[in-house]
Amino acid sequence: MASHILIVEDDERIRASMCLALEDEGYDVTEAASGEEALEAFTQSLVAQPFDLLIIDIMLPGIDGFACCRELRRQSAIPIIMVTARTDTHDVVAGLEAGADDYVTKPFEPKELAARIRALLRRARAGDGGPAVLSFGDLEILPEAGVVRVGGEEVHLTRTEFLLLCELAANPGKVLSREQLLERVWSYDYFGDGRLVDVHVRRLRTKVEPDPANPHHVLTVRGLGYKLAP
Amino acid sequence: MLSFGFGALALCLLVTTIAYFSVRSSILNQSISNAEARAQAVGKLVNTFALRGYTSAQEEGVLAEVDAGDLTSTPCPLDASVLHMQGIWYADDAFVFPSPTGTPPTGDVLNALGTGTGTVQSIVKSKPGAAATQVVEVPPCGTYVLTGYSLPGNTASQDAQYFSLVSLDPVAHTLHLLLAALLLAGMVTVVAGMVLGRWGADRVLRPLRNVAQVASAIADGRLDSRIEAEGAGDLAVLTSSFNRMVDRLQQRIEHDARFASDVSHELRSPITTLATALSVIESRREELPERAQQALDLLSAEVRRFQAMVRDLLEISRLDAGSVDFQMSLVEVGELVRNALSATSGAAVPLEMEQSVASRKLVADKRRFERVMTNLIDNAERHGGGAVRVSVEDGGELVHIAVEDEGPGVAEAERGRIFERFARGSIAAGRRGRGGGSGLGLALVTEHVRLHGGRVWVEDRAGGGARFVIELPLLPLGEEDEAEDDAEADVAGATS
Repeated sequence: MASHILIVEDDERIRASMCLALEDEGYDVTEAASGEEALEAFTQSLVAQPFDLLIIDIMLPGIDGFACCRELRRQSAIPIIMVTARTDTHDVVAGLEAGADDYVTKPFEPKELAARIRALLRRARAGDGGPAVLSFGDLEILPEAGVVRVGGEEVHLTRTEFLLLCELAANPGKVLSREQLLERVWSYDYFGDGRLVDVHVRRLRTKVEPDPANPHHVLTVRGLGYKLAP
Repeated sequence: MLSFGFGALALCLLVTTIAYFSVRSSILNQSISNAEARAQAVGKLVNTFALRGYTSAQEEGVLAEVDAGDLTSTPCPLDASVLHMQGIWYADDAFVFPSPTGTPPTGDVLNALGTGTGTVQSIVKSKPGAAATQVVEVPPCGTYVLTGYSLPGNTASQDAQYFSLVSLDPVAHTLHLLLAALLLAGMVTVVAGMVLGRWGADRVLRPLRNVAQVASAIADGRLDSRIEAEGAGDLAVLTSSFNRMVDRLQQRIEHDARFASDVSHELRSPITTLATALSVIESRREELPERAQQALDLLSAEVRRFQAMVRDLLEISRLDAGSVDFQMSLVEVGELVRNALSATSGAAVPLEMEQSVASRKLVADKRRFERVMTNLIDNAERHGGGAVRVSVEDGGELVHIAVEDEGPGVAEAERGRIFERFARGSIAAGRRGRGGGSGLGLALVTEHVRLHGGRVWVEDRAGGGARFVIELPLLPLGEEDEAEDDAEADVAGATS
């Protein structure tokens, strides 16, 4: 079955053209012109055909993209791509903090957007063929089941956070650079945005670390990258 | 200030000199005419005696009588009178000039004076019947006014001469005092003038210095600089009109910048729609008739160029507004350049890297550096027939990254201009058909490299063609950990 994508964009023409382009790529597309519409469409879709991915413009009338992102993230681990005005404002970091998995900048290349969508969807389906349970002290990871437990309690991670943790867990004690993580988790090349990694690591820590300010599992290696304490 | 001081000093010396010499000559003249007058008076008196046939003893008495009050026994008399009559010198013995030979002269005043006899005689003879005057130096006694007075007798043998000597030492002393006083007063005036002038100029110039400071701050781009209102009167007018001017300037510049930024922001939505809709048509290219395909290719090329232009305009307007957050990270030179080159489209360009610099680190915005390299390679593609070599050279604390082509090169006169916005090399004018760039490529290169603390220039390539060189500062060896801390702090700071 085709992946179901929700486009949240207030500019009618952009929305229509994106719709055409994504349908051409073989996706099933639903449109929403505002945050309110998006939330409603999301709730309705849960009954019939749940969305596999969400593309949301940050600049929206009414409920803005950030609030919408946060609200959806509360309910779901759905991959979210946000459309920002520019890469170098705090918009990007704020959007990632709000729960977005990735972003594109307007004006974006249709090819670029398609690549981002493919990367997130492929990842969302990929199954790891590793061991059933990985244990690091009080942290337990079940890659096949997509479950993470801390002290026996299951914690809810987004797909991106989960994949990030799995990448680190697959090489315990080994330092992975930002570039390596960007490539493996997001399918970016060398010029991917390192902030994606930094923000997701921070979000991951808030969920798996007892004290996120003094992490015991996900460690920063100065000048090199991140590693998972074995 | 110093030149003013020297000027004042020179003027003061000039005035002092003039005053001194005019006073000196007037005092001297006065003394001389006094001496003359007295010599004449005495001379007449002596003449009268001589004519009446007084004896020499009587003459001596007269002389003594005349000059008794002034004759002294000091070696250097203030005053002396001598009479020469019928070959005999009459003088008061009480005065003695120390002679160079040590023998006290007895009345021979001319010898005693040590100034040639001839001179004195010639004076006397040249003006018969009248007083002749000469200022003579008598070492070591100083300066004297020597007055001679010819007393014609009835016969030549009866001719007599009367000489009077008046010391100018008291006058000289007075003159010395005067000179000292004049010089002292002059110095005090100059120094006081300098101090007062400095103070006054300071008071007057402070607001102007203020204006200069603010003006240079504005020239450096700090458009919100203003002069603080201070005092009243003429300067307040200057201050307020200056501030008003800067207000207008700032409004104007902000308006221009906002306009460019607004235009490019407004263009983002249509260009996104255009590009996305076009991609839908492009994916159906094969279904179109051939002529439509040709039209579609033209459309695609121009939309892509339009897109690049909007992207570059947005970047430039952000740079102008100073609102660009660079995402600096610590990277290895070799890794950075290799990745940037592999990200550029088109044929691979040979890379020659000095190994000593490959593992050195620098702090850079990776994606912006990639844009810099892409723009330079594109530029070589468009104007120089394609890049033939990229070299990375170790410059100690710097790294030189050069993109070379074998095109026509860049004329000396154009080397600054091509880095300006929308400036295309004149040679390139005829070649715009090949999918022109945004016209902002090299301008962005300049801005980005500058914000990385480096610079960029173009030079001749040995063997023909152009060589665009980027110079970037390297991180000093051993400081890499600290820089990494800074880079992480940036990300953390952006989110907190």
